[in-house]
Order: sequence, then structure tokens, then C-alpha cells
Amino acid sequence: MAFDKKHILGLGELSAEEIKVILDTAESMKEISTRDVKKVPTLKGKTVVNLFFEPSTRTRSSFEIAEKRLSADVLNFSASQSSVVKGESLVDTARNFEAMGASIMVIRHGMSGAPFVLARQINASVINAGDGSHEHPSQALIDIFTIREKKGKIEGLNVLIVGDILNSRVARSNIFGLRKLGANVRIVGPATIVPEYFSEMGAEIFHSLEHAIENVDVVIMLRVQSERKTLEYFPSLREYSGLYGLTREKLKLAKKDVIVMHPGPINRGVELTSEIADDPGAVILEQVANGIAVRMAMIYLVALGESL
Amino acid sequence: MGVLIKNGRVIDPSQSLDMVSDVYVQGDKVKEISKRIDTPRKSDTVIDASGQVVAPGLVDIHVHLREPGYEHKETIKTGCLAAAAGGFTSIVCMPNTNPINDNASVTEYILLKARTEGIVNVFPIGAITKREKGDELAEIGEMCEAGCVAISDDGMPVADSGLMRKAMEYVRPFGIPVITHAEDIGLSAGGVMNEGFVSTELGLRGIPSASEEVGIGRDIILCELTGTPLHICHVSTKGSVRLVREAKKRGAKVTAEATPHHFTLTDKEVYGYNTNAKMNPPLRTREDVDAIIEGIADGTIDVIATDHAPHSQDEKNVEFDLAPFGIVGLETALSLSLELVEKGIITLDEMIKKLTVIPSEIVGIERGTLAPGSIADLVVFDPGMSRMINPGEFLSKSRNTPFAGWELKGVVSNTIVSGKVVFSRS
Ligand SMILES: [Zn+2]
Repeated sequence: MAFDKKHILGLGELSAEEIKVILDTAESMKEISTRDVKKVPTLKGKTVVNLFFEPSTRTRSSFEIAEKRLSADVLNFSASQSSVVKGESLVDTARNFEAMGASIMVIRHGMSGAPFVLARQINASVINAGDGSHEHPSQALIDIFTIREKKGKIEGLNVLIVGDILNSRVARSNIFGLRKLGANVRIVGPATIVPEYFSEMGAEIFHSLEHAIENVDVVIMLRVQSERKTLEYFPSLREYSGLYGLTREKLKLAKKDVIVMHPGPINRGVELTSEIADDPGAVILEQVANGIAVRMAMIYLVALGESL
Repeated sequence: MGVLIKNGRVIDPSQSLDMVSDVYVQGDKVKEISKRIDTPRKSDTVIDASGQVVAPGLVDIHVHLREPGYEHKETIKTGCLAAAAGGFTSIVCMPNTNPINDNASVTEYILLKARTEGIVNVFPIGAITKREKGDELAEIGEMCEAGCVAISDDGMPVADSGLMRKAMEYVRPFGIPVITHAEDIGLSAGGVMNEGFVSTELGLRGIPSASEEVGIGRDIILCELTGTPLHICHVSTKGSVRLVREAKKRGAKVTAEATPHHFTLTDKEVYGYNTNAKMNPPLRTREDVDAIIEGIADGTIDVIATDHAPHSQDEKNVEFDLAPFGIVGLETALSLSLELVEKGIITLDEMIKKLTVIPSEIVGIERGTLAPGSIADLVVFDPGMSRMINPGEFLSKSRNTPFAGWELKGVVSNTIVSGKVVFSRS
């Protein structure tokens, strides 16, 4: 089937079929990355802007490499050097880039819904590179792509997400995407950051990692933000890591061939012990590599949708 | 000079009146209501109200006029125009202007502006605390003398319960009520919409129902402690309705209002990050809306008030977190209230009561009645005529409404203030 979405704002907005198209396209893109010349002329003459209102070197670099492999002209904008300081609005900033000819905008923003504000008001295609605690579709697509690669399927798998679900955009995108593709999603963490409302989104709620991890195929560890914002939800990182940090002992309760994922960067000793981070079952570095392919697929598909 | 309104269905709950008759206004007073009045003088204006309702001019006890200080959102002049277009002849305005109405000179300024530029009656509300900071009492006595009809720190609830108690005790001898925007700021915790499934999906910080309910619970207790009449603003949750109902049963001097948006919309309106669905208290769930409607029907909710909160398009056209709370309401309230009548929840008479005589009584203004000899503030509207809500046609300076494009019944044809036709639509 064709992909006719102009924007990719979140997995909540995509159908299972559309998600599969992105994953399949990412597979072809991954093949490009194995060639000697890792570049295709697909987006020649098109300008892509990376609008980063929140710093994230990892995500921005990954998008930038993806854009360049598709031969797009790339502009980078980050809030620190920006007119945001001068009080220019989000929409005005984006319109300036549109006037410079940008046809795709990749936006990272600290506030939920910012990409939706843009998509309503500009002509360019918008790709959400993470908005507030709402969605981080590229990261979840990478996770799902990696799971599919390792397990050969998504349907019927038991996937556990551990950590600050309430404030995590990675968690929301994964819940939307994994549920749509037929996985069973469990979430676990302190009751303050794993609220009951998530059960209405189709996730099964746990507050004990030992119970939650039983029989799971995949564990996705969320990064604990060590800012105050997260720390007001539980007493200390020490207590948190005692209860929800992943150790080899706890991992034994999962399926034998369990894989462990982390969107990075890892706080070693908080979310994961080093022995797990470096374990062959951990696919953390593969996630990084798959990131470029998935992001190429996202850009390619919205560009295609736009030219149709 | 007089105005003769002929053949309308005259509904005046203050006199238990509901019949087709003529109303004659002479000067600024209602002179006579009877079956048939023939034009006594040539210079009189005659309004044919056949098929329409003639009622006391509507009274809105929760309006933000934005002047002084935020004239790009609304002025006293435009706010009054919007009121008149919506059938309101008296509006009671909240003190959160800039400067805040926390002393008599600001009160006098507002009243002067209203007299010279406003086409409807404006009754100011004074702040409870200086600059609505919540740490010391404002000069309540002087503001009362200058014309304030109530005190409130709307939008910035007094967090210190001890200070709130002192305010309620202090104000009692002045005979004006305390109007509370009840909210526990700690529970709201920077939230921007109702806490629930929708906020969870959208990744927006939620304001739990408990935030409002804890606030209302506290203020009801303080009302019972001090004996000062308490009016509770914009009730939005099922639990709040229950708290008010129980307090009334105990005989507490408590009244409550609901806004048209809270009895019409749910938090689902926020999907797509619609900033015109961002207000405080936030839109809640279907269950809450049903409870408010039930409260309106059984009298727990005494008043319909708009919480008219104008904001410019540029201010609303931003990230959801950054958008200010509030929507305009003066030009849609009557139509949305008529929906309750249409659905059989309340009668037309009860609806008018909640928009005229009861709010007038709460803030102690001599309005909301057509009794002969009273000030001639009237509205004439066609309850059956449909119209499409078009914010472009609003007389308010702002267009921030979630009801754009709605097809609603109820069209105001004439608004009369002190015997003068201040608004008419042919
Ligand atoms: Zn309020």
C-alpha cells in the first residue's frame, strides 16, 4: 500500500499498515547503508530543516545523516542560537525557513503538541523528532524495527517498558505502535509515574519489576531524567534503581532469548547494570545503527507523499 | 421618549410571569406590562417581538474585560458591545487587569470608562488580596464604597487558608459576597488540561478534579465558619457538584455557577492541541458534564456565567503549554443555554432565572427584573431561529472560541439598557 501522509506527527496517528510501510521502507534503506557509496539521489534539490528547540545531538545527528544519505540540502536550527530568545514564535520561525525553500521540517520541541501547531500552519511536511512528553515516533519506530529484526515479528510478543512512563514520549510512541501491531505491552515503575490512565491505552500496568518481567520477549528501559522534574515523583535515584534497575537476577525471570533495549544515553548503574548494557542480548548499539535507516524511511515517505 | 415592545412572550421569573403581552418602557424604567398597550406617543420606538421572547436583560457575573492593561484583548467598550450582542445588559468584571482592581482608584477608573464608553452596565469585582498575590488583604472597604459588588482573586486563588478566612470575616459587614475560583495550586501542579485519559495520550500535564474539589471543600468550610456568603465560580467536576449540593443541604450560604463550555464540552476538544479548548478550570469528562447538567436541573448550580476571557489570536496561536487559559463567551452563552431547554433539562423560565434574577441577587444589584418601576434592561430574542457561530462577526475584540462553525438556536434581536436600545439586529 502507498503511504500518503504528508506529516509524521506520531504513531497515535498512523495505522498499523502505515507503520508497516515505514518499517519495510527502512529495510531497503538499511541496505543502502551497507553499500560503499551510502548515498542515493532521491531528495536532490530538496531542503530539509532540522528545527531543534531542545538540545539533542544524538537525534539531530541521526536525522542529519539520514537526510544527507538521501542527498537533501540540510539546514540546522537550534534554539540556543535562535530568535526564540528574541521572542519570535514557533510558527514565525518555521515560516522563515519555508521562505528559504524548506519543504520538510524535522522538529524537536520541549512542549507536547508543538509539531501539530506547525503542521496546521505551514505548507511544508512536518516530522516529529520528539515533542514534550507526547511522542517520539522515530525512536519508537527504531525500537519496533529492531524488535522485528530480532524476533521476526511483533504480533503476540510480550514487551515490557520500564521507567518514567508518565513523562516519556518514547513510552507513548511505543505503546501506540506496539499495540497497533499486536504486541502485548506491559509497563512498570513507581505508581506516581505509571498512572492508571495508561491501561485505557491498552498497556498492562505493574509496579513490581519482578512480576512484570516474567515471560517477556523484550525489555525497553527508559532513561531516568535526573532533573528535578522526575525526582519529585520518587524519593531518590538510589531507591529507584533498587526497585526498577535491571539486574541479571531480574532478567533471568524473562524469556531466555529476551532482548534489552534502551533509547540511550544510559545512566549505567541506574537503569541498567553495566554487565547488561554490554551483554550480547542488549541491542543498544544496533538501535543506533537502525536509527539512520528508519529516519531515512520517514523522510523519504513524507517527501514522496508531498510530491504525489 | 419610550419603547413599546409588542406581542412578545414576556418571561420574567422575578414576577413568575410568562405570557404573550406588550411591554412599555418610559424613560429608563419599565412602565407597564399588559396584554395590549397602544402607542401613547409618536416619538416612541416600537419593536415587534412576535414569536420572540422578551426577558429581563441577561446578567453575567463572570467576565474579564481586560481594561486597564490588556486592551489588545478587550476593552470595556468592546466587552460591552459583545455583551449587548449576546443579550447581556449587566456584566460583572473580574479584577485581574493591569493594574489589578485592588484599590478604589482602579474601581473608579473602570466605572468611569464604563459610563463614558460602555453600552451596558458594568459592576466591578475587587481583589481579595493586594495585587492578587495572596499575602495581604486589599482595601476591601474602600473598593466596596467605590462600587465593587464582590471580591475575588479569580485565577489566582488565595492559597493561605488563614488569609482566606480573614478576608471572609472582614468582608461580612460590607454585605458583599466572596467569589471563589477554588483551586489547590499544589494539585494543579502546572497542569494545562484535565487530568485523565486524554491528557495521558497527549502528554500534557493534567489538572486533577481533586484540585478544584479540595479548593471548594476548603472554601465551603470557611463559609460555614465565617457565615459570609460564598459564590463558587465555574464548577467543572462531578465531585464539586456533590460538595455544593451537600453544603446547600446543610444550609451553608453557598451559591455556584457553571459556564456554557463546562456543561457542553469535554476534554476531547483538546485533541489536536486546540488552544481554544484550553481554559481553567479545564474541560472535563462526559461524567462531569452530566453531573453539572444534573446540578443545573436540580438547582445546585444557581447561575450560568460565561467566564468570558478574551485573548488575541497571536496569544492563542502557540504551543499548547504557552497559550493562555480562557475563551470568550458573551456572544455564545444564550444559545448554548438554550440547548439545555431544547434538551428538556430546564424550562425556558428556569434558564432565564439563572441568567437574570439569581445572579443579580448574588451580587446584590437591582437588575434582572421587569417589575414596573424597575430599571428598563431588557433582551428580546428568538429562541427558535438558528445561526452559525462565526467568530469573525463577534463584537468582542477576540475570537477565541471552541464553538466556531456550530449551528445553534437563539438570536438576540434587541438589547435595551436603561430604556435605550443599545443593540439591534434586523
Ligand atoms: Zn476563574
